[in-house]
Amino acid sequence: MIILNINGKEQKLDAPDDMPILWALRDVAQLTGTKFGCGMAQCGACTIHLDGQAIRSCITPVSAAVGKKITTIEDIHNDKVGQAVQAAWSEIDVVQCGYCQSGQIMAATALLATNKKPTDADIDAAMNGNICRCGTYPRIRAAIHSAATKLA
Amino acid sequence: MNAPLNISRRTFIKASALVVGGLVIAFTIPHAKRFLLPGATPDAAKDDAKKLPTPNAFLRVGTDNTITVMLAHSEMGQSIWTTLPMLIAEELDADWSKIKVEHASAAPEYAHTAYGMQITGGSSTTWSEFDRYRQAGALTRALLVSAAAKQLGVPVESIKTENGFVISGDNKISYGDLAEAAAKIETPKAVTLKDPKDWKVIGKATKRLDGPEKINGTAIFGQDIHFDGLMTAMVARSPVFGGSVKKFDATAAKKIKGVHQVVQVPTGVAVIADNYWAAKKGREALQIDWDLGPNAGLDSKALLVEFRKMAKTPGLIAAKAGDNKTAMPKAEKFLEAEYALPYLAHSPMEPLNCSVKIDKDTCEIWTGTQMQTTDQQAAAKILGLKPEQVKIHTLFLGGGFGRRANPYADFVSEAVHVAKAAGVPVKTVWSREDDVKGGYYRPMYLHKAKIGLDANGMPAAWEHTAVGQSIIVGTPFEAFMIKDGIDATSVEGTADSPYLKSVPNYHVSLHTAKIGIPVLWWRSVGHSHTAFVMESLIDELAHTAKEDPLEYRRILLKDHPRHLAALNLAAEKADWGKPLPKGIFRGIAVHESFGSYVAQVAEVSVVAGAVKVHRMVSAIDCGLAVNPDSLKAQMESSISFGLGAAMQSEITFKDGMVQQSNFHDYQVMRMASMPKVEVYIVQSPEKMGGVGEPGLPPVAPAVTNAIFAATGKRIRTLPISNQLA
Repeated sequence: MIILNINGKEQKLDAPDDMPILWALRDVAQLTGTKFGCGMAQCGACTIHLDGQAIRSCITPVSAAVGKKITTIEDIHNDKVGQAVQAAWSEIDVVQCGYCQSGQIMAATALLATNKKPTDADIDAAMNGNICRCGTYPRIRAAIHSAATKLA
Repeated sequence: MNAPLNISRRTFIKASALVVGGLVIAFTIPHAKRFLLPGATPDAAKDDAKKLPTPNAFLRVGTDNTITVMLAHSEMGQSIWTTLPMLIAEELDADWSKIKVEHASAAPEYAHTAYGMQITGGSSTTWSEFDRYRQAGALTRALLVSAAAKQLGVPVESIKTENGFVISGDNKISYGDLAEAAAKIETPKAVTLKDPKDWKVIGKATKRLDGPEKINGTAIFGQDIHFDGLMTAMVARSPVFGGSVKKFDATAAKKIKGVHQVVQVPTGVAVIADNYWAAKKGREALQIDWDLGPNAGLDSKALLVEFRKMAKTPGLIAAKAGDNKTAMPKAEKFLEAEYALPYLAHSPMEPLNCSVKIDKDTCEIWTGTQMQTTDQQAAAKILGLKPEQVKIHTLFLGGGFGRRANPYADFVSEAVHVAKAAGVPVKTVWSREDDVKGGYYRPMYLHKAKIGLDANGMPAAWEHTAVGQSIIVGTPFEAFMIKDGIDATSVEGTADSPYLKSVPNYHVSLHTAKIGIPVLWWRSVGHSHTAFVMESLIDELAHTAKEDPLEYRRILLKDHPRHLAALNLAAEKADWGKPLPKGIFRGIAVHESFGSYVAQVAEVSVVAGAVKVHRMVSAIDCGLAVNPDSLKAQMESSISFGLGAAMQSEITFKDGMVQQSNFHDYQVMRMASMPKVEVYIVQSPEKMGGVGEPGLPPVAPAVTNAIFAATGKRIRTLPISNQLA
């Protein structure tokens, strides 16, 4: 049993220490908004926040999250930046299949939390680890700019 | 367009009261259009045609005013979750905010109107459902109006409908309040569809209905299914296609905490566990002795050498005109070229998965699939059930691109075998490595062409041979998609090329290579290789003839107005012929596929061997654009998918094994490499085509033609990778 703080609530989970946070969230806590895409931090579909930092939950063991705060897509609307990002995603109608979008939104929110006015180059650098096979990249870029403007 | 459609003759309609109240509309496809799969007899199909499995509705009007639209096709990103409801909302004058959408179950009612089986593919959903979904909307409206007329004691003609209400004089009744009464009205023999000039919904950019749930993480994909008792399985498959298990030792695997069972299935050895992590660790602990089978020596470099040998001789004739033997020697100039394209994986973001629960006389399946009919039949066959005893719950697909339309029902069949062997409900999941190494690739192709030019620089004799695997051989589609030994999908885009129509002598032939690598349709199917070859060859010819590539195409396509319209619009918007910033060069390509005509202009720079695509300008003529914004999204998507593949993707084999494993070595498009994209739509009254795939084929040649303009180097092998370094 391990105790994790997920979206502001302490939860006791039956997860071994080496289980990646991704599977503790999905298979044990049954929070399925965070997605599995590659299992080796290559695609970003599993991006969550650990104490506000974007991390790849597919390679981060639960033991690394003890005593820290996990935030997932299910709770990001309670964050001012996250809410603005989700609103921009809706305004631009970014999604297609949608599978990667939880990770994209979490990565974009982490970017805007530290960089209030990202340039295209900043977006390239921050978002290059998040693959979208549907190719929603131009809309993601537009939505990040839009959210930055709204937050300014 | 607004002539009454005689529904009773075209389709059998049944309107019936729903248990929960409201109105249900169902259509069935005439028996003659049914697709007969192996094992299905005409009599059985006839019996099926008489039945209306439950739920068999296209549309449900709830007493709470909701309009629930049932999708006969699968939502995999292409936005039919929105486009098909638009068709119904248009004719129904529905309140858009009251629309709900569900995937339909797997049942004959939902067979594709042209293909006769339940399938999402071929960029065909919108055009193939354009009439049926509008009819469903119009019929429902007619029933609601009749019910209101009866209730109010006024003639039907005095009633109008608006935003979910029936209005007669001062009376305004909501659709929900009429739903139960409408269910008792006799179905009309015909309905009148709106005149296009009265459309309020069709043709308007409309936001996705699945947007909110995909933004807040609540959308349910196959991977997200959970219920009490559902176990997770991972299957260890042969490292070489066609291999089999000699023996295995599961002792260590069974010691992993959370592992419950290890069972053998036809595709390998399955570890059944509490969760993914335990299943993965269990699978890693398996000791398996494989018989690698006949493909243990597979090597893609050696295959290419073999293809080259085959290309030296003419294959089966796919298209022919004039007489190359006499015309070729008379040519003034010649172009000879060989093009090669690799195997490609679809790699949708959601790795394959399928959950199966087997009971005594039923089986329930939860998955994201593009081909419910074959999945249902395959599951039924494995379990000794009738297809209708297999219930398929289609969930959102985390991308499809063709991979989830498998004629062999590979991932569904395997999951059924696993659940059957385990005796408990199981979700069989694939890792990314399983996906990349798991086959069903876009086949590798080699094209060889010799083209003779006349004194005007125009092609006068064209000798073209392609070598590659057939997608269709060995599938249930073989009977009608292979003619005289030619798989239509192997030569689409070459044998029927509009360019050849202006060439007096041509000869297109095909060698179908028989190799034990599973292949499948990959976004845009045969066009994914033929457009690259044809549009590169045309560019080569233009340069050989010292003609502008755009002008050269215009001459050859003078009798093909839809190609020309797309070509001219893209060229105009890209300022073709006007100066560019230093170091940027243009390339152009145009190609028809799935009934739509797309031109792309690429702006590219090559610095120290590194190719950068800065801008893609696209124009499409797909006939009517039902939802212009989702059309644009599909063009952006096709550019991303096609460009990523052209730049970096390839699946290769050595010692029988796939050499790639995950996104670090099977590279796809990422944010930093994505160009700016502009999409322009040709205002076209022509026949509707598709939009999910046609944007892709011209992408690679537009880019490589721009690379030629920049460097003078002709890219004849994909991916471009580091060929310019």
